Amino acid sequence: MTELLTSAELFGNVAPLLAHAADFAEGARPEHSATYGWLLLFTPLVGAIVIGLTWKKVSDRAAGLIGTAAIFLAFGAALACFAQLMGMDPEERHILAGYTYAQAFGVDFRFDIYIDQLSVFMALVVTGVSAMIHLYSVAYMKSDAGYHRFFSYLNFFVFSMLLLVLAGNLALLVVGWAFVGAASYLLISYWYRRETATAAGIKAFVINVIGDVGIVVAAYLLWTELGTLTIPSMLANAEDAFTVAPSPEYTAAALLLLVGAFAKSAQVPLHTWLPDAMEGPTPVSALIHAATMVTAGVYLICRMHPFIEISETATLTAAFLGTATLLIAATTALVQTDLKRIIAYSTMSQIGYMIAGAAAAAYSASLFHLMTHAFFKALLFMSAGSVIAAMASNQDVRRMGGFRKAMPFTYVVFTIGALTLAGFPFFSGFFSKDEIISYTLHRGGAFTVIAAGMYIGAILTAIYSMRAVFLVFHGEPCDEAKQLEGGELAHGSPVNPATGALEDTDVGFPGPDHQIAEREGEMRTAMSVLAFLAVVAGAVQIPGVTHLIESWLEPVFEDSRYAHDIPSIATQWIGLGVGAAIALTGIAIAYWTYVANRGVSERLATRFGRLHELLSNAWYFDRIYDAMIVRPASAIASFCNNVVERFVVQGIVEGATGAAKSGASRIRSWQSGLARVYALSVIGGTTIIAIYFLVLAK
Amino acid sequence: MDIVWYVALSAVIFSIGAGGLLARRSPLVMLLCLELMLNASNLALIAFARMWANVDGQIFALVVMVVAACEVVVGLGIIVALYRNRVAIDIDELDSLRDPTEGAISD
Repeated sequence: MTELLTSAELFGNVAPLLAHAADFAEGARPEHSATYGWLLLFTPLVGAIVIGLTWKKVSDRAAGLIGTAAIFLAFGAALACFAQLMGMDPEERHILAGYTYAQAFGVDFRFDIYIDQLSVFMALVVTGVSAMIHLYSVAYMKSDAGYHRFFSYLNFFVFSMLLLVLAGNLALLVVGWAFVGAASYLLISYWYRRETATAAGIKAFVINVIGDVGIVVAAYLLWTELGTLTIPSMLANAEDAFTVAPSPEYTAAALLLLVGAFAKSAQVPLHTWLPDAMEGPTPVSALIHAATMVTAGVYLICRMHPFIEISETATLTAAFLGTATLLIAATTALVQTDLKRIIAYSTMSQIGYMIAGAAAAAYSASLFHLMTHAFFKALLFMSAGSVIAAMASNQDVRRMGGFRKAMPFTYVVFTIGALTLAGFPFFSGFFSKDEIISYTLHRGGAFTVIAAGMYIGAILTAIYSMRAVFLVFHGEPCDEAKQLEGGELAHGSPVNPATGALEDTDVGFPGPDHQIAEREGEMRTAMSVLAFLAVVAGAVQIPGVTHLIESWLEPVFEDSRYAHDIPSIATQWIGLGVGAAIALTGIAIAYWTYVANRGVSERLATRFGRLHELLSNAWYFDRIYDAMIVRPASAIASFCNNVVERFVVQGIVEGATGAAKSGASRIRSWQSGLARVYALSVIGGTTIIAIYFLVLAK
Repeated sequence: MDIVWYVALSAVIFSIGAGGLLARRSPLVMLLCLELMLNASNLALIAFARMWANVDGQIFALVVMVVAACEVVVGLGIIVALYRNRVAIDIDELDSLRDPTEGAISD
């Protein structure tokens, strides 16, 4: 019996090795090789290192080209991965490859990449949008002194994001998760002489670390329950976990995963860093703080969906907080005056849709919205960057106006972006947003309330997005617009848009020149591609006609409890009809308020002063956190500095040195220099020792 | 004769040397007292060598004599050099190696 057991154990130990050897042998066969995956992951890292190391040798232009080429190569590798998966059996479309780099206490820390439908989908969106934004930055950042640094950071960000997306091990995912936080910090504080920018970078980093801690603890809890950190095995074991009632540990793990997702995706109550993150250069806002990084939370929820789904508490928390975020952010966006902040709040709001949708188990709908959102939000930021450049770095929408004639191209693409965001019929955002809403509504129960919140959010979205269009491009042309119509682009000394203070431009600051889409081919190309995608990308997922994303992602989510509980096509079309009506109403309201009856908004602001104040201050979240957390923390810190450090620590140290000093001075007086005293010491000492041995020791 | 007499004599001579070393202030006399102490130990060594019928003690005594001779040469050299530099030779005034911040005991 014992021998049998031993041989079984032996076999158990050998079997994975054999399987690994078989994998290795199969590695030679192209369909299972992860070569494209490794290429996809490491090309941006190589780009970042090369640009970072050669900044003295290589010209600005070449650095931009290397960075952009690296991302285009990565996009190519992502396409190759996609093609490779397409060539495989639909049920077997996943590749896990890597090696163990640490093994302790039975934890399998493996450097694994996991290529499946979901990670390839994310990699395509990330690298595709990144490639466009790199192309845009080549022109947009032209006059910046820190050009190499910028592209090095940007490539490093893409690497981190791909590490997060492709990670086949939860520990590695945490590494990627922390790396994107670091890249975000570096890029928000990119103009590091600007104090508001460094403060914003620190704020973003600190809030993201709260999320990191959440994920690490969640990973630990899941590991204790499942005994593995390899994501596919965790997901496979999750099936067994469904048979037992969810233990408190599972609920805790699910909620902690949500903490991570919420911090990264800027959801209430961990959202306050995102508006401040707009201190970074505009391409950074487009790439990190709109299209890719902030959607990592949605990816995490989708990737870990069995663990979220198992806990009713977690799904309801995610759904309600997501909805709260989308409403809070949408109402705040209505009254903001900083163009980039309007779009930032809109980003929070749209991610609220995705989070609430994912909580309602509408995973493929959320990921579909993630994709379309990446297109139109990157596009909006790029156009906003063009407008801000034309305004010589001024971001205040109240100062802008009438750019329609001066910047026709920017006007068209910004309007496309805003209409897509507003859910204008048959643009991509229309299909993706309404798919989330109809799936959520279909879940019934508490989710009916969520869906109602989403509809309210939809009309607000339409109003604020068109408000931005009307304020910036319509109405009386401002001075800069008139100047531009005369063929002259406004330039000026760079000032901090938050404080209006003149910048210290010695290191890494934008020069006095500005680049607008009308004059830069690269910017125009990138924006045209995204505008095209924003308009037509909805075609991949039209209810009853196409379902490319849904069928592509289906194997990933087939273990979901609600995988086959989906709304009928007729219901979805009714939802689309309602969505279209709401979007058009919102656009009409915005037109009526900001074009037909200019001045109405000011009258409303005075009429509802309190409300306007509340919304302008983003529901006072920053002030509440300041009073509840920042000030007590700094009070504790200054107490520690003034009392603990000064009296306790200093007291211990000075006491010890004082004792040594006074003791030493007593002993030192022995060294009198009197030879006879030394002689007496020697003789007396010897005598005492002799007496001891002769008399006492007997 | 009993070994006790030799050892007692050695002890007496050693004590005289030690007493003189502590009591006298002239370096020259102190050096002489040191010699007394060394010779007292030599006497004891030789007496014990005789008692055990072993020459090791005598060899030690020879070594001590050599060391004592060297010591006398160096000591006398120092004393002569001191005498040339400062006429009064008082051991208690020769304390220039002490910590200067401490008050001198000799005052």
